[in-house]
Amino acid sequence: MNPIDTVQPGQELPPLTLAPVDRTTLFLFGGASGDHNPIHIDLDFARKAGMPDVFAHGMLGMAWMGRLLTRWAPQARLRRFSARFQGITHLGNAITVRGRVAEIVEVEGERCARIEVTNTNQFGQVKIVGDALVALG
Amino acid sequence: MIDRKWLGHVSAPAELALDRARLRFFAEAIGETDPVYTDVEAARAAGYADLPAPPTFLFAAEMDSGATMRTLADLEIPLAKVLHGEQGFTYHRPACAGDVITVISKIVDIYDKKGGALEFVVKQSEARNQHGELVAALRSTLVCRH
Repeated sequence: MNPIDTVQPGQELPPLTLAPVDRTTLFLFGGASGDHNPIHIDLDFARKAGMPDVFAHGMLGMAWMGRLLTRWAPQARLRRFSARFQGITHLGNAITVRGRVAEIVEVEGERCARIEVTNTNQFGQVKIVGDALVALG
Repeated sequence: MIDRKWLGHVSAPAELALDRARLRFFAEAIGETDPVYTDVEAARAAGYADLPAPPTFLFAAEMDSGATMRTLADLEIPLAKVLHGEQGFTYHRPACAGDVITVISKIVDIYDKKGGALEFVVKQSEARNQHGELVAALRSTLVCRH
């Protein structure tokens, strides 16, 4: 049986642990996402902007959250997905994405799980907080 | 200060033709290993017409077209000062390789905090496919740090 058929509030989604952020990842994500802001790929630009170094795109962290969600339930069930970028994900940060079923709610006539998602680095700092609505069918 | 005259401004349409190579590149960049996102047969077996765009991919439309950069230039927000504050998606139907997505955005709010040290711009967007069907609604909050 698919785990989402027996979903309960408080249930945790299997966490997703990423390798530490490196420059190659940021370079590839810049190209793939269309975000060419040099602050994520060019050390000289980042320093001029007052940052110690380049840092991860917020949308890279949100894409990792998306991986956690679509691994748990097919993407076709994803109704809403939002994220608040709370802190900068720096080079060397190893992010763990965690998700937890906050509640079961009815939205527009559909039974849905509301999932709270967080991206936390190896020092326990929360970088991104997300919220998703997954239809349970 | 960001000129409040931009409140209500509607962007030029941003067109993004979804193709397999780009979607596979995106999957690689985010470390996605589920074959649904890279293997056409797996995608079809999962009920998609072709490789589906992952949940956050459509953010690329206004990046590729230059619409996001244009907005920053219009609002006179230097690239070095902008941060992404929040991002939201509401999904209506899948977007797959072969689809041509058009995104149109409207600036729905501009406000500041900390006595103007931080300014916020909220943009609401609609992504439609080549049949004019609503694929997703997007909501972005950009932060300008002074």
